[in-house]
Amino acid sequence: MHKTSRKPQLIWWVLLAFLPVTVVLPELGLINPYLQQVFMYVGINIILTVGLNLVNGYMGEFSVGHAGFMGVGAYVSAILTVWVLPRQYGPFLFPFVLVAGGLAAALAGLVVAIPSFRTRGDYLAIVTLAFNMIVKSAIENIEAVGGPRGFMGMDKLTNMAWVYAWTLLTLYCVRNFVYSRYGRGVLSIREDEVAAELVTVNTRQCKVLAFVIAAFFAGVAGGLFAHLLQFINPRSFALFPKSTEILVMVYLGGIGSIGGSVLGATIFTVVLELLRPLGVWRWVVVPLTLVLLMIFRPTGIMGLREWRPFIPPGELLRPAPGRQEVKAGAPAAD
Amino acid sequence: MPLLQIEGLTHYFGGLRAVYDFNLELEPGELVGIIGPNGAGKTTIFNLITGVYVPTRGKIVFDGTNLVGLPSHRIASLGVARTFQTIRLFRDLTVLDNVRIAHYSQLRYGVASAIARTRAFLAEEDRVRERSLELLRMLNLERYASLPARALPYGEQRRLEIARALACRPRLLLLDEPAAGMNPGEAARLMEFIQWVRREFSLTILLIEHQMRVVMGLCERIMVLDFGETIAHGPPEEIRRHPRVLEAYLGRGTAL
Repeated sequence: MHKTSRKPQLIWWVLLAFLPVTVVLPELGLINPYLQQVFMYVGINIILTVGLNLVNGYMGEFSVGHAGFMGVGAYVSAILTVWVLPRQYGPFLFPFVLVAGGLAAALAGLVVAIPSFRTRGDYLAIVTLAFNMIVKSAIENIEAVGGPRGFMGMDKLTNMAWVYAWTLLTLYCVRNFVYSRYGRGVLSIREDEVAAELVTVNTRQCKVLAFVIAAFFAGVAGGLFAHLLQFINPRSFALFPKSTEILVMVYLGGIGSIGGSVLGATIFTVVLELLRPLGVWRWVVVPLTLVLLMIFRPTGIMGLREWRPFIPPGELLRPAPGRQEVKAGAPAAD
Repeated sequence: MPLLQIEGLTHYFGGLRAVYDFNLELEPGELVGIIGPNGAGKTTIFNLITGVYVPTRGKIVFDGTNLVGLPSHRIASLGVARTFQTIRLFRDLTVLDNVRIAHYSQLRYGVASAIARTRAFLAEEDRVRERSLELLRMLNLERYASLPARALPYGEQRRLEIARALACRPRLLLLDEPAAGMNPGEAARLMEFIQWVRREFSLTILLIEHQMRVVMGLCERIMVLDFGETIAHGPPEEIRRHPRVLEAYLGRGTAL
């Protein structure tokens, strides 16, 4: 009867069908390099945002140093392609390089997660804040990778197709994680951690997993970023602006919603580009928008709702808080 | 062999003695009540059994396993489930998810198969959904399955909390003031419901209650606590007349 459908949703095939388009468009010169760059920024930011949403939105914790994990992934993957691996195989090895960067970030995530989740509340915010600062100043002090001057020499291995493929993969993985026992565990932590433990949820396992997965994808995003710009420096992965931007994208789009993160990252990235003529004034407009958003729509654009593609077939829509409120008298009593 | 064996259980909050030398043996299938005035240490005992607090002293053995020092989720997966004095549902999640979450430890699939949505994963998920809906059906909550838990009427929320506890496949169920906030009529129906749950799921039940009427009509044995100490222990008829109980629980010169 209530079988979970085995049929993959059509929408994912449609999204996948666009992959060749992202290869063909730049090849035929149908899309100018600037638009390509914006497209790739959007993808990278979606990956970062969806990951952080897992921790801050679904789980209700507060991690603030997400760019630190991005930095770890960026440097590890850049070092691999520049120093370690033969350059001529770069394009073929690139996916593995990205995974390696992701794994390095995930390991960093594990190191941060295990001690910080022993305690509760604001502790994680402080630890991730410190982590981000440590990553930045550590890189600044390693002369071998250029210290504060940055690291370069990467080939431009990132293209629209890779960014698009990784964005889809991230969305798919995070969605499936969210709609599994782990995802339900993560949600129950947000709702009531003590009650979750008392109904057999291994809350530490859930927390660590969510955090490590978020860190992994941040690392991948870092690798994509490094091989897009072909130049990275410690300031690219600082608390301000990068980590702050990711936070803004999460809360702009809406917590606890993958669709929200896609929207938040896209809107933020595009608007920031459009406001480029304003120069420094961008940094007045953007925070102001955020303040207004928090006042008038504190749950973000999506407000805990979800888009159909991000709900596996057969799953119920999760109710949004503040909606479907008690309907007096209904349904009929027994 | 007793299902639950508690010996010399003692717990201090700083200088405050919350529970002192509490002893209890529960045989399988029993229904035992714990009563006592506010602050007598009843809920603390539940928190000690379920690993929310680690006792200062004492032994808690459940079906041959020492529970002291185990994390709460382990204790719950061993078969000790509970409800709360003030309802603690996952309010913003659906009724179905509330029950599905409680299957966490019964699911065997790992992260990789969850992310890949493997056959094994889907089969297990189907089973959990089936079983959750079955539980909701048995407890007359099925029609609410897709509503957020907070949207349920109070009595239904209480039942959902019990459904969620039952989803853990417990052998021992700890009920913390299940009749709190109910009028005598509702409380009477609840008593029948508890009896039914015990039979249907072949459970052993330990029950904290404030309303004398509920415990007296329901429990085979009653323990009375006052300021952390057990002041009386016996069948309801005995407890009803016990002078120290009347004094501590009801005040001097009162009869029930």
